[in-house]
Amino acid sequence: MTDTSPLPVTPATAEKGRLRRFAGMLLADKPALVAAIFLLVVLLCAVFGPMLLDAVATKQNLRARNAPPFDPSLGWMAFLGADALGRPLLPRIIVAAQNTMMIAAGAVLASMAIGSCLGLIAGYSRGRWAQIIPRLADVIMSFPSLLLAVIVLYMLEPSAANIILVLAITRIPVYLRTARAEVLEIRERMFVQAARVMGASDARIVFRHILPVVLPTLLTIATLDFAFVMLAESSLSFLGIGIQAPEVTWGLMVSQGRPYLTSAWWLSFWPGLAIILTTLSLNLLSNWMRVALDPQQSWRLEIGGKKNG
Amino acid sequence: MQKFLTKRAIASGISLMILVVLVFFLSRLTGDPTDLYLPIDASLEARENFREIHGLNDPLIVQFGRYLGDLVTLDFGDSIRKSRPALEVVLEAFKWTLALALITIALVSFAAIVLGSLAAFNVGGVFDRIATFFSLIGASAPDFWIAIVAIVLFSVNLGWLPTSGTGTVWHWVLPIAVLFIRPFGLILQVVRGSMITALSSAYVKTARAKGVKPRPVIFVHGLRNGMLPVVTVIGDQAAGMLNGAVVVESIFGFPGVGKLMIDSILQRDFTVVLAAIMVTAFAIFLMNILIDIAYAVLDPRIRY
Repeated sequence: MTDTSPLPVTPATAEKGRLRRFAGMLLADKPALVAAIFLLVVLLCAVFGPMLLDAVATKQNLRARNAPPFDPSLGWMAFLGADALGRPLLPRIIVAAQNTMMIAAGAVLASMAIGSCLGLIAGYSRGRWAQIIPRLADVIMSFPSLLLAVIVLYMLEPSAANIILVLAITRIPVYLRTARAEVLEIRERMFVQAARVMGASDARIVFRHILPVVLPTLLTIATLDFAFVMLAESSLSFLGIGIQAPEVTWGLMVSQGRPYLTSAWWLSFWPGLAIILTTLSLNLLSNWMRVALDPQQSWRLEIGGKKNG
Repeated sequence: MQKFLTKRAIASGISLMILVVLVFFLSRLTGDPTDLYLPIDASLEARENFREIHGLNDPLIVQFGRYLGDLVTLDFGDSIRKSRPALEVVLEAFKWTLALALITIALVSFAAIVLGSLAAFNVGGVFDRIATFFSLIGASAPDFWIAIVAIVLFSVNLGWLPTSGTGTVWHWVLPIAVLFIRPFGLILQVVRGSMITALSSAYVKTARAKGVKPRPVIFVHGLRNGMLPVVTVIGDQAAGMLNGAVVVESIFGFPGVGKLMIDSILQRDFTVVLAAIMVTAFAIFLMNILIDIAYAVLDPRIRY
């Protein structure tokens, strides 16, 4: 005997339905789909690259110094050429993805967590903190972030942890301001009032009722900010106060290729291209998220993408 | 207006103070300038003498008190490296950065506003797609990479432009072009978004229905109302120019304040670093005030 009654909507099936909906929306936006796939590849490189390719990426071969790209005689590992010590570039770029991604992810996660919390508090509370916290953001915003990072990193030692710290601090205001502005508006809405009348605690209202509404905006900003932080880290490494050799990031690779710019352009070109493609993908994905996560706009993607092509 | 200005000045003053205290004490942690400026075999006496002259002998807190005291009379101390007043050194470099930033931001604003408005007029059209694509690439490009690729291409291979330094007009082309790219992409996106909203409003449709030609509708009716968010981004980007300037100036050997700051930190020339921070922060403060005034001019409903 078969059960003909409609499936009960359990949280698990609802979750599945939502996933399928997002997958459909991603398929509707071709550039975003390509971007998502590319980012997935980069992520896989970052996670597994150093484990698999570390030995190849650090093996010096002085006969292959500054070997040009697309030369089949050195094997496919040196397909993109080799650097000044004859280390093949392709595996080096894959290995460097780990540091590049880790620093950017660390800084984005830290600044998003701290900034959002402060923003939620500043927006929800009506007391003294609502006055003080936004000033904190003003202090940080009053000075160009990269200059600040340059100064602090010269004074502390330039390690991965310090770079994450500095970048996280300079990016806190972005989340703080957004979260605060959104909360200021949301806390006056009916469902928040209702929760309060029913006796929910402040913490419950903020985290169960307000945070889910703010989160999509914060995630969209975080995606965009990931690109910004990555560029900032690359600039710092390029200036020589970011990650130090023998550790390696894409920005550092560009800088290491700089002395050979006129004779071996590929040393700087490929890692730079990796940076550009990753940030471009993040920007495309963030554009898609802005539409997909907005309940009032997601229909644009759900009608099959025929209209917005 | 006056009350607003005082409030802003106090807020900026406090944040500047925090910054100065932080940098003053942190910078002292990096080491003794004496080791850097005197030869390794300098006698103890000579070292003592050097410290005495530059006031490095007193406890840190006394040094800081003296620094603040001098600051009240607008004395920023002397540069150890150049044996000249630090403020003079900084202002000299600042002139270059200011010129570079102003020229770039003017060009960026003009290009982004015109092209962004045109893209918004025909959303989804060929022009819109091209503009969006290039602005996305521009917003994603690392400026240091663009800079060195441009050097290889235009200076080394083609030989059209000088690689670094200053002197002729041609020396300015590459730094400006590199600084141009990222803000251009970002501002273009904002102009486009804001103009799409403005152009779909009722008064624009009315104007079109009355038979006003497209160009006046875009640039007179739409633009004035779509400008507010654009001004905010332009302001942010203008302050961010100083970020870009650090990278661009050090690549192109441009004698601006970004390069000065990096050189000074490397040489432990603390007075110059602090003076540069204060001058930069003051410039950003002034610019924020200008942006607020621009708001009020653009939107008569805004009052301070």
